[in-house]
Amino acid sequence: MNTRGSRPADNTTAPQMNFVDGVLVLEGDFLIGSVEGLLAQHGQAETIDLSGVTRLDTAGAWAVVTLERRIQDAGGTPKITGATSLQSDLIETLRQNMPETDIPVAPKKSVADRLEQVGRSTVSAFQKTMAIVGFLGRVVATVAGLIVRPGRIRWTAIVHHMQQVGLNAVPIVSLMAFLIGVVLAFQGAAQLRQFGAEVFVVDLIAISILRELGILLTAIIVAGRSGSAFTAAIGSMKMREEIDAMRTLGLDPVEVLVVPRVIALTIMLPVLGIIANFAGLFGGALMSWIELGVSPGVFQSRLVSNTGVEHLFVGLIKAPFFALIIAIVGCFEGMQVKGNAESLGHLTSTSVVLAIFLVIAADALFSIFFAVLGI
Amino acid sequence: MDEAPIISVRGLVTRFGKHTVHDGLDLDVRQGEIIGIVGGSGTGKSVLLRAVVGLLKPVEGQITVFGENVRDTSAEDYRRLRRRWGVMFQDGALFSSLNVQQNVEAPMREQLALSPETRAALAAIKVRMVGLPEDALQKMPSELSGGMRKRAGFARAIALDPEIVFLDEPTAGLDPIGAAAFDTLIAQLRRALGLTVFLVTHDLDSLHAICDRIAVLAEGRVLATGTMSEMQNVDHPWVQAYFKGPRARAALAQKETI
Ligand SMILES: Nc1ncnc2c1ncn2[C@@H]1O[C@H](COP(=O)(O)OP(=O)(O)OP(=O)(O)O)[C@@H](O)[C@H]1O
Ligand SMILES: [Mg+2]
Repeated sequence: MNTRGSRPADNTTAPQMNFVDGVLVLEGDFLIGSVEGLLAQHGQAETIDLSGVTRLDTAGAWAVVTLERRIQDAGGTPKITGATSLQSDLIETLRQNMPETDIPVAPKKSVADRLEQVGRSTVSAFQKTMAIVGFLGRVVATVAGLIVRPGRIRWTAIVHHMQQVGLNAVPIVSLMAFLIGVVLAFQGAAQLRQFGAEVFVVDLIAISILRELGILLTAIIVAGRSGSAFTAAIGSMKMREEIDAMRTLGLDPVEVLVVPRVIALTIMLPVLGIIANFAGLFGGALMSWIELGVSPGVFQSRLVSNTGVEHLFVGLIKAPFFALIIAIVGCFEGMQVKGNAESLGHLTSTSVVLAIFLVIAADALFSIFFAVLGI
Repeated sequence: MDEAPIISVRGLVTRFGKHTVHDGLDLDVRQGEIIGIVGGSGTGKSVLLRAVVGLLKPVEGQITVFGENVRDTSAEDYRRLRRRWGVMFQDGALFSSLNVQQNVEAPMREQLALSPETRAALAAIKVRMVGLPEDALQKMPSELSGGMRKRAGFARAIALDPEIVFLDEPTAGLDPIGAAAFDTLIAQLRRALGLTVFLVTHDLDSLHAICDRIAVLAEGRVLATGTMSEMQNVDHPWVQAYFKGPRARAALAQKETI
């Protein structure tokens, strides 16, 4: 009753194919694992004899139909004999379902293809830049609309995201900044001791942390932590058609999903930056004390007298811009997700890399800007 | 038919936390039949399917397929066993990063050393057998309609000519014509390939049209098994409501007029 009988999985007889007096005699089990090699044989025959075939599956029947086609192509009229009725049913099913044309196998790439690839990536990078700027414009317009009608602002969502991206990031950000302070003090001490100028370690730590490192490294951690989370969250909603569902309910995904995240991050990144500054200074002070004997009192008074408050502002003014970059890139990439899981993973990593790159580029621009202003 | 059953489940207990889904479930599936598994939403049909194919470890009970215990088997035996069945999940579960052709080729690629040309030819045949047009081969799953995804999932399930196919609600969400065509397809392939079909379904028309036997799941066990007409006489409120409700009568009437 089963075409193949009940078979133990590996108890098979190898299939054989012989040309005997113009008859193509097939014998044995014609199963998916073993028929392929047989098709390499060629010979003269018009009749295909299946009486010796013990088992036949789709692949076996495919082989039979392929042989039959070959006879036809050579100008003969193929005939099949000795098939059981189940076998001929299966062969008939295969005949009906054989594709007319050959199925293309993916071709190898040539140099021209690769050049074309380069061109395409350049154009798409340009288009993407325009798209991100366009997206930023939409977000700004939506925020402007919300300012006119503050009743529509989603406070719950904003507070929720503030906790996610801000409060929950405090431990990792402060630990990171603390360690940076320690490292700076340690490395600075090694150099400054050679000149007997240990006490300048305070200026070194204070300026580098307040001006650059505190906020830059915080932004990088937040990009890795929250930028990727934005992309993944919005992307999986996109994948499960939740965003389309929102649109049909008259909700604007930018207003519901993007704006709260952007606002939350823009508020929280400066706060995280301040926390990082404190933690960094604390780490630096601790290490200066242990390593150089600069007491906390000396550290504090030197910090207050020698380091201008403008360094703190130069650092902090950058925070909202970095936050905007991270949030916009994260949400934008999330909205780009198409209906498959691979694009989600791919875009999540793109979002982190792009956000970090843009943050560093922006930081460089700020440095030039402040240098020109002479701050 | 007094052959040993091809699938046999004995005393199956499955539990998620405190929630017991199956509580001492017994079920036999005979070789070559199409068995329809019915039951209300959440009665554990999909969970039963997952347990039988070894994706889910039951708390208790014996599951044998082809006379081999699915649970306590070596990785090697399990791999050999797995080659002999194909599964189509409730949502198709196509690999979303592969196109239809690559999806259907995936089991061949994993299990056999075939040349790319042979693989492509066999995949094309399987795709046509399930009634998809040839240009569907190069499409990504996200570009297919729900019904086409189901067909592609079916093509992948039968890629290696399995002896058993497990189908989880293959006709749910299809239009009536598409659903009827799918039923015909299952019956036709069963005949051509000698399949045993484990069919989870809510579709009364499918049950009428192609199932040899029906097993009703309720209260954590198989409440009754038998043919469609035997189901009419089972004395249980759910079974009565299911098989004697207005939809069941319509399906029955339709069958009698054909
Ligand atoms: N991974 C899981 N974790 C916890 N509970 C689960 C899990 N999978 C299933 N369940 C529970 O097991 C029960 C049976 O689920 P199952 O998916 O088998 O239902 P079903 O009979 O297939 O229903 P439907 O007809 O809606 O598909 C449900 O109550 C479900 O909540
Ligand atoms: Mg289910």
